[in-house]
Amino acid sequence: MELPKGRARRGSRSLPYVLLSPGMLWLVIFFLVPMATLAALSLQTGDYEQGFTLTWNWHIYSEMWTRYGHHFIRSFSYAFVATVAALVIAYPLAYAIAFKAGRWKNLLLVLVIAPFFTSFLVRTLAWQAILADNGWVTSTLRSLHFPMQDGRLLNTSFAVICGLTYNFLPFMVLPLYASLERIDPRVVEAASDLYARPITAFRRVTFPLSLPGVVAGTLLTFIPAAGDYVNATFLGSPQDQMVGNVVDKQFLVSNDYPIASALSMTMLVAILILVSLYIRRAGTEEIV
Amino acid sequence: MTPTAGAPAGDLRLVELTKDFGSAVAVDCLSLTIPAGSFFALLGPSGCGKTTTLRMVAGLEEPTSGRIYLGDDDVTDRKAYKRPVNTVFQNYALFPHLNVFDNIAFGLRRRGVKDVKAQVDRMLDVVELQGFGVRRPSQLSGGQQQRIALARALINTPQVLLLDEPLGALDLKLRRQMQLELKRIQTDVGLTFVHVTHDQEEAMTMADTIAVMNNGKIEQLGSPVDLYENPSTVFVANFLGQSNLVAAQIVGTQGADLLLDVQGRKLTMPAARNCATGDSVYVGVRPEKVRLVPAGASVDLPGHNVLDGVVIDASYTGVTTQYVVRMAWGQDLMVIAANVGNEVRLTAGANAHLVWDASDTFGLEATGDIAEGIETIDEAGS
Ligand SMILES: Nc1ncnc2c1ncn2[C@@H]1O[C@H](COP(=O)(O)OP(=O)(O)OP(=O)(O)O)[C@@H](O)[C@H]1O
Ligand SMILES: [Mg+2]
Repeated sequence: MELPKGRARRGSRSLPYVLLSPGMLWLVIFFLVPMATLAALSLQTGDYEQGFTLTWNWHIYSEMWTRYGHHFIRSFSYAFVATVAALVIAYPLAYAIAFKAGRWKNLLLVLVIAPFFTSFLVRTLAWQAILADNGWVTSTLRSLHFPMQDGRLLNTSFAVICGLTYNFLPFMVLPLYASLERIDPRVVEAASDLYARPITAFRRVTFPLSLPGVVAGTLLTFIPAAGDYVNATFLGSPQDQMVGNVVDKQFLVSNDYPIASALSMTMLVAILILVSLYIRRAGTEEIV
Repeated sequence: MTPTAGAPAGDLRLVELTKDFGSAVAVDCLSLTIPAGSFFALLGPSGCGKTTTLRMVAGLEEPTSGRIYLGDDDVTDRKAYKRPVNTVFQNYALFPHLNVFDNIAFGLRRRGVKDVKAQVDRMLDVVELQGFGVRRPSQLSGGQQQRIALARALINTPQVLLLDEPLGALDLKLRRQMQLELKRIQTDVGLTFVHVTHDQEEAMTMADTIAVMNNGKIEQLGSPVDLYENPSTVFVANFLGQSNLVAAQIVGTQGADLLLDVQGRKLTMPAARNCATGDSVYVGVRPEKVRLVPAGASVDLPGHNVLDGVVIDASYTGVTTQYVVRMAWGQDLMVIAANVGNEVRLTAGANAHLVWDASDTFGLEATGDIAEGIETIDEAGS
C-alpha cells in the first residue's frame, strides 16, 4: 500500500511538532507563565494585605542591589569555591571509575548516587550533627590545632561550602564519568606511542577529550549551588546567608513579594549571563 | 632519554614471545629476527595474532613471556613512549580533538621539535592531503583518515615502523601509489618496516621477507618467491595463493625423484621438494602450473605428471580462464590457464587431462586438514 506522496511528506513535516507539543505545553504552563508572573510581580507595589498593583517600579532593582548586593557576591563566591572543590574531588574519582575500576565500576557508580536515596534535607541535617561544636569531628580537629573560624566548624562559611560541595558532588561525578568513559583508550595509547609520557598524554589527550564532562559537571554543580539556601540555613551563621535565604525570608516571612521577585529575577539573569560567558569561553577550547 | 630518530637501527628480535589473554593465546612462543632496514610483511588470517604482536613491539601490550630486542637493547620492559617505534594503528586512533596538522605534529612536538611546519607540510604532500591541515579527523573520509595515521607515524622516522593494515581503506589506485611511496621512504631513510596486511599481492610486491602467521605462530618465513614456490605447510600452500593438494603415498624412488600413488595413479616428485617425513604425503601443485589438455590428445611426455578428470566449471576472467576439474575420486582441482590465444577452450562436461612438469610438484606433511588455510567466502568478507 502506498500513501499519496504529498500527504506523506506533509505528515512527516508536522510530525516533529506533534511530538514536541506535550513538552512545549508543559513548559509554557509550568515555566513560562510562572516566569512572566514573577517578572511582573517584581515591578508591582503595594503590600500583602492590600494587594499589589503593577506600577512598573524599576527602582526596586537598584534598591534590591543596595540591600542585598553582597548576598549575590557571597552566593556566587560560595558556589564557585564549591564547584572547584567538587571538580578537584570528582575528577580523580570519575577517572578511577572509568579506567581503573574494572568489575567494580557499577558498584562504585551506585555508591556515587547512593546519597540520593535519602533526602537532601536529611543529609544536610546529618552534617549539622556531624559538625556540631561538641561533636567528635570538631573536638578531634581542635586537638590537632586545625585552623578553624572561632574554633568551630558549624555555622561557618567553611561548613556551608563543604555542604554545597558534598551535596552537589554526584552532579559533578556523573557527567565527568560519562565523558571519560567515552574516550577510546586506543587514542591514549596512540599518544604514548607518539612519545607522550603518561602525564603529557593526560594533559594533551585525555583531559581535552573530557572537557564536555567538565563543562557539564561544573554547570550542574554551580547553578544549583548558587541558588541553594538549605546549606546556608543549617550549616551557616547569619553572616553566611545566600540569595536563596533572602528570597525565602522575603517571600515567606516578610511577604514582600516584589523584592523577593526582583531577587529571583536578578539571580536568574545573572546565572544566565555567567553561564553563557562560560560556555562561550569553554566552546573556544578544543571540545569534541 | 628521548629516542633519537633515524639513528642506525639494530635488528628487531622477538624471542619466544608469548601473549596469553587467559581466554586465548594470541601469540604463541614466537621467535623472529627482522633485519635492520628491511621491509617485513606479516601475513595471516584474521585473529591469528598480528595486531597483538605489533602491540607488544610497540610497548602497548605486555608479553606474558619472552623478550624483545632492538639491536643490543632489551626493550621488553621499556615504556611505549621511550621506544623508537611508531605504529600506524589498524583503527587509525587519530586524536579527535586535534586538527590534521596537530595530529601529524604530535610526535615531533613531544620530542621538543619547535619548528614543525615544514615537516608536516611535506608529510601532507606525501599522503596527498595538501590543504587538509585545518580539518578535524571527523571531517575526513576513511581513506583520508588512514593516510593521516600514516603521516602521523612516518613523520617521526622511527627505527621501526609498525604498520597494521595501513592501506586497507584505500582504493586500488591510491593504494598502489601509497605502496610505492612507502617503499620509497623505507629505502630512502633505511627504516625497518613491519607491515601487516591482508593483501597478499601487497605483501609479495613490497616485502623483502614475508612471515605467514597462523594461530599465534609463524608457519613459514622467507622471501616472497621462496614462500610461493616452496610452501612448507598445508596452511601456507593454501593461504598464499592457491594450491591443488591431493593425499598420496610414497611407493618408491627413482633417481632424485619419489614415486607416488594417488588413488591408483602414478605421479613423480623431486625428492628435494618433499617436506613430509613419512610415506603419507599431501602432494601439491600450483593451479597456474597445470595445463589442461582435451581427453584423447597424447600426453605421454617424459618428466610430466598426468591426472584425468571432468571439467565442471570454466570461468573466463580476462587474463586467465579458471577451470574446476573433478577427479574420479570426487575431489575438485583447479587449473588456471593464461588466455594467450592459441589454446583449446574447454567447457563444462568435457573430459580432460591435467598435465604438469613433475618438478613443479611439492610434498607436504599429511597431518591435519587438507583444506587448512583456504579462505572461505565469509572469512574473506569479514
Ligand atoms: N585484549 C584482549 N583480550 C582478550 N583477547 C584478545 C585481546 N586482544 C586480542 N585478543 C584475541 O587474540 C587473538 C589475536 O588477536 P589480534 O588482534 O592480534 O588478531 P589479528 O591477527 O590482528 O587479526 P585481524 O587481522 O582481524 O586484525 C584473537 O583471537 C583475539 O580475540
Ligand atoms: Mg589486527
